[in-house]
Amino acid sequence: MRTLPDTQQTLRRRFLKGGISAAALMPFLSTGLLLPTRVMAAEWLQAAFTANTLGGALKAWGAGNPSESRDIQFVVPEIAENGAKVEIEITSNLPGTQSLAVFADKNPMPLCATMDFSPPAIAYVKLQLKMAETMRIRALAKTSDGKTHVAFREIKVTLGGCGGS
Amino acid sequence: MSEAIKIRALIQGEITTLRILMQHPMETGQRRDESGQVVPVHHIRTFSVSLNNQPLIAGQLNTSVSRNPLFAFKARGIRIGDRLRVRWTDNIGDKREDEIVVS
Repeated sequence: MRTLPDTQQTLRRRFLKGGISAAALMPFLSTGLLLPTRVMAAEWLQAAFTANTLGGALKAWGAGNPSESRDIQFVVPEIAENGAKVEIEITSNLPGTQSLAVFADKNPMPLCATMDFSPPAIAYVKLQLKMAETMRIRALAKTSDGKTHVAFREIKVTLGGCGGS
Repeated sequence: MSEAIKIRALIQGEITTLRILMQHPMETGQRRDESGQVVPVHHIRTFSVSLNNQPLIAGQLNTSVSRNPLFAFKARGIRIGDRLRVRWTDNIGDKREDEIVVS
């Protein structure tokens, strides 16, 4: 990788921390100084994924102090007969959504998955989770202004899915 | 050798729905086999979806994602002839990478 002048290095660091808007960086994107691949997280967030408390996982992911949002559509079953495969669907209608994360509050490791989106991808995902027991799950959205937003759902699990296949 | 990633793209006007199936045991490390031995943790950690070599989606997964993870995503403006590539890497360093041309 080529070395960037100091100011650009600083800009990029600030961008990676989410402290600067994407619009301000458009000139750099077009010159290739900030390739899109640099924007998306590539390393597995070990601390966040292996945290065994909800608070620890939220903090390690950088959830901050999220505000509850009706602009996150969160579709889940009311009752899941099989905790090994619980299908959930998240759509963030919040402008500038860059990442979505799913936490299962009572799972042994609450953070289940994170997704980062680059245009033209839409902030939408459908996936299946294992759930240990009846619990609340939460979908978090990070937007380009550095804020986080959350939506909650309760799922009743008849047969837990962590010890099974 | 891991099995191929199944990638489907359904163009519906401006919006395209992508369905991606990654065949993987996603072992939690909590399950025991018939002989009572703990099955070691084995799961996909990261995956990425690219469109014509440009990053589209980057995901990170825990053991709590179901066996044979199936995802649906959406993107705008995908056209016939575009190339969709999916890659995953798991916790023991296995990798898999597959590509389709949207038809």
